[in-house]
Amino acid sequence: MSPQDGPRQVVVGLGAGASGFSADGRGYERGGGGPGSDLATTDMVLNVGPQHPATHGVLRLRMTLDGERIVHCEPVVGYMHRGVEKLFEVRDYRQIIVLANRHDWLSAFSSELGVVLAVERMLGMQVPERATWTRMLLAELNRVLNHLMFLGSYPLEVGAITPIFYAFRERETIQEVMEEVSGGRMHYMFNRVGGLKEDVPAGWTGRVCDAVAAVRRRLPQIEDLIFGNEIFQARTRGVGVLPVDVAHAFGVSGPIARASGVDLDLRRDEPYLAYEELLADGVLQVVTRTEGDCYARFACLLAQVKVSLDLADACLERLTEMAQGPINVRLPKIVKAPEGSTYAWTENPLGINGYWLVSRGEKTPWRLKLRSASFNNIAALPHVLEGCVVADMVAILGSMFFVVGDIDK
Amino acid sequence: MNGLFGTESWWVVIAKAVLIFLILVIYTLFNIWFERRVVAKMQHRIGPNVHGPFGLLQSLADGVKLALKEDIVPTAADKVVYVLAPILATIPAFMAWAVIPFGPEVRIPFTDTVTPLQLTDLPVGVLYILAVTSIGIYGIVLAGWSSGSTYALLGGMRSSAQMISYEVAMGLAFVSVFMYAGSMSTADIVAAQAEDMWFALPLLPSFVIYLIAMVGETNRAPFDLPEAEGELVGGFHTEYSSLKFALFFLAEYVNMVTVSALATTLFLGGWRAPWPISLWDGANSGYWPVLWFLGKTLIFIFVFVWLRGTLPRMRYDQFMKFGWKVLIPAALLWTMAVAVVRRIRLDGGMDQQTVLIVGGIAVTLLLVIAFIPERKQPADDEEPAETDAFAGGYPVPPMPGHQETRPDA
Amino acid sequence: MAERPIGSENQPARYGAGLLKGLAVTWRNLTRRSVTAQYPDVRPELPPRSRGVIALQEENCTVCMLCARECPAWCIYIDSHKETTPATTEGGRDRSHNVLDAFDIDFSLCMYCSICIEVCPFDALHWTPEFEYAEFDIRDLTHDKDRLREWMWTVPPPPALDHHAEAAKELEVTRRAVQDDT
Repeated sequence: MSPQDGPRQVVVGLGAGASGFSADGRGYERGGGGPGSDLATTDMVLNVGPQHPATHGVLRLRMTLDGERIVHCEPVVGYMHRGVEKLFEVRDYRQIIVLANRHDWLSAFSSELGVVLAVERMLGMQVPERATWTRMLLAELNRVLNHLMFLGSYPLEVGAITPIFYAFRERETIQEVMEEVSGGRMHYMFNRVGGLKEDVPAGWTGRVCDAVAAVRRRLPQIEDLIFGNEIFQARTRGVGVLPVDVAHAFGVSGPIARASGVDLDLRRDEPYLAYEELLADGVLQVVTRTEGDCYARFACLLAQVKVSLDLADACLERLTEMAQGPINVRLPKIVKAPEGSTYAWTENPLGINGYWLVSRGEKTPWRLKLRSASFNNIAALPHVLEGCVVADMVAILGSMFFVVGDIDK
Repeated sequence: MNGLFGTESWWVVIAKAVLIFLILVIYTLFNIWFERRVVAKMQHRIGPNVHGPFGLLQSLADGVKLALKEDIVPTAADKVVYVLAPILATIPAFMAWAVIPFGPEVRIPFTDTVTPLQLTDLPVGVLYILAVTSIGIYGIVLAGWSSGSTYALLGGMRSSAQMISYEVAMGLAFVSVFMYAGSMSTADIVAAQAEDMWFALPLLPSFVIYLIAMVGETNRAPFDLPEAEGELVGGFHTEYSSLKFALFFLAEYVNMVTVSALATTLFLGGWRAPWPISLWDGANSGYWPVLWFLGKTLIFIFVFVWLRGTLPRMRYDQFMKFGWKVLIPAALLWTMAVAVVRRIRLDGGMDQQTVLIVGGIAVTLLLVIAFIPERKQPADDEEPAETDAFAGGYPVPPMPGHQETRPDA
Repeated sequence: MAERPIGSENQPARYGAGLLKGLAVTWRNLTRRSVTAQYPDVRPELPPRSRGVIALQEENCTVCMLCARECPAWCIYIDSHKETTPATTEGGRDRSHNVLDAFDIDFSLCMYCSICIEVCPFDALHWTPEFEYAEFDIRDLTHDKDRLREWMWTVPPPPALDHHAEAAKELEVTRRAVQDDT
């Protein structure tokens, strides 16, 4: 199709790329009546973003509309590209952790975990048991924090203003214990090669226990408020169905893929840390749904929070039973990964997060490739969005649970 | 109808008009504060509590700040209409109050003049309200159209369709009240309820239909599609700022009070004291009724706020479907049933209770059907599109449902 | 796109029940106490590990430059000169030592990673949970050594460790020393 005989496009909208003004600056061209048209309907191109409340940051969707129906959708990414892979290359392994927990600011702990796992594997390092279980505990708490964020923000996107406050109350409860142990509320910077930065404060495990119990007790409020709501169901059921083959084709992972029936969870399928033991105990359960619609994705998230809270409890139990011991390995002044490469991936809250570490024996990696979950997940967006109406766009976009930093790296 | 209307001296009329205006503006400021406080409590927050006692002056401060903001008129806007639209939205909102009865006849303090607490009355008072409030829709439509922005245009379109649809159901809900009261004058309807009982009881389905329609009519959650901030940014008032925006804001809240006042007048006995207070002899005389009236109105405002704090937004097509396929048929059926009952009763026939109960059940059933979730139309099966695997010289992976073609090597 | 079953989860239809449930939740919360932190009136209680601002114990600093070199954001600026203390005993050697002239941390660049504090071999740098140092001018976010020294007064003692934790290295050494003595 050559550009000449295609539908004439009028670009309107907010932000970059909006070019709807006519040459004399008097106003927009309106469909059909513009110069040179014989009343042909023009496709309207709507730029959603980079500044739009539904895009959680600077994702930009260039959508071609036919009335309220989306004919074509093209995500334009990269507004927040920070060149993190290049930055990794000029930093030693401790400094990399600082950056690694920043691309996906909602799953900071899990992201830094991947880096240290990669380095530890290269070094052939045995991590103390206490470190493993504490890491697992913190990773699960981090997952709860992440999911709570979306459990709050998604209803907000479909117009319910209250759940986000309930979600943030729960987040605050958990963030308090996270801050107590790591000193940070978002960028924990608590992982180190060989374990954790320092041991947990006295009485902390008890407070985590209380926090987990409190969140578990109050979680039904969010569930009652929104999950069973008929309007919410009408907005989300059967909307934005992501077929399982599309999920496979784009490498979609995490709760979004599992909602479509992709039964993949690295915690079970390629266990790291001590997830194997929790799997054997039956605490670790992989939540999958088959519908693949927005409702299933939301349901997946909600169920995963419950599983994660159970996992956190199991970790706490093990930590209190465990004998006295170190939480990290004493390292040499300069940590150098031996020559070679490895690929470490973890089941991050939003999906598979992988680091391909290539080392030439320096104290910095020669290459550290980051495979972030949201980038792949958002790639499937055009397939889900095309054919939907604009009102569904927000419901679908919100249900794809992404962090823009994780897309743009 | 009171014989005094139309014969009162000019200063009484002006004084009453000014008073109504003042009450409305102050009540609006109070309502904004009330809404924020109640929603805050529902979200376990505090809400505005700094300015003035209990933060009551917060909305005043916000209003002043809003008025002092920069007034922006977009280049693409149709200036005359753009300026006219907020005025068109606000004035009718106030005008509707001319026929709302606040209380019985009272003596104006320091004079001997006796006047009803109502600006004027018409034999077709309620129709006047319907007519006047629908002019307000023009304000919103024109605002959306004249802003020269896609978001505003979509918002304006949605709102016009929405308000027109729900006006029908609203009007139908009134018909049964007219039949019961035998008048369209607001004062007469209040009087009729004093003789009989509050119309909310015998005409419960009408009341429910009106409650739903009034939320739709005022663009409030869960029917706040025109301003759906998640998808349309701000809807019809996206491009408005400063005083013009404040006018829309004022209109929305005055409309909220208008429909609440109308509901009070038509269904909850108007300014007459509710049961336990009505045992006191002086309850329905003097200036006390104003208090009962405003109290009853406040209950409706609370319901508005409660709904907004709880429910997600409906989707546009679902909402229209609900209006046309459920609410209007239900209202029609119910109106018919009432008409039949009235006829039978006038003829001294069957027991009216039986018929009303049957009718009530039928209407309730219809309302229940309304909440059946939407089924998305399966998209037309697209033919597998051919894609060039080396589009633009770069190899791209095939998308699902696409057939790969290679350029001639 | 292939047709997919829609709403295949068979849930009993309870139309309206979900709405009422939601309304009940908000109603119940209406009567509960709010959880709002009254921040400017009531200051938050932050745990001792909170990474608020970095304090400098100037006396401990030997200008070894480790912090400045390890900082991933390169936001620490150190300036020093050498001073020579003449020998106190006859025939002794003059001793030279570094004197800190400037120690600036630019908090507009700082990533709050705590690497500088971790690498400091003489415990000259500490975290403090203080956080109220917002400025109108970005240049004022660069704290000089006097300002960093002031923060020292707010440094809380570190929390005791969990009883499962390995005892601190210093404690272990002391314990052994005591054992050896007896």
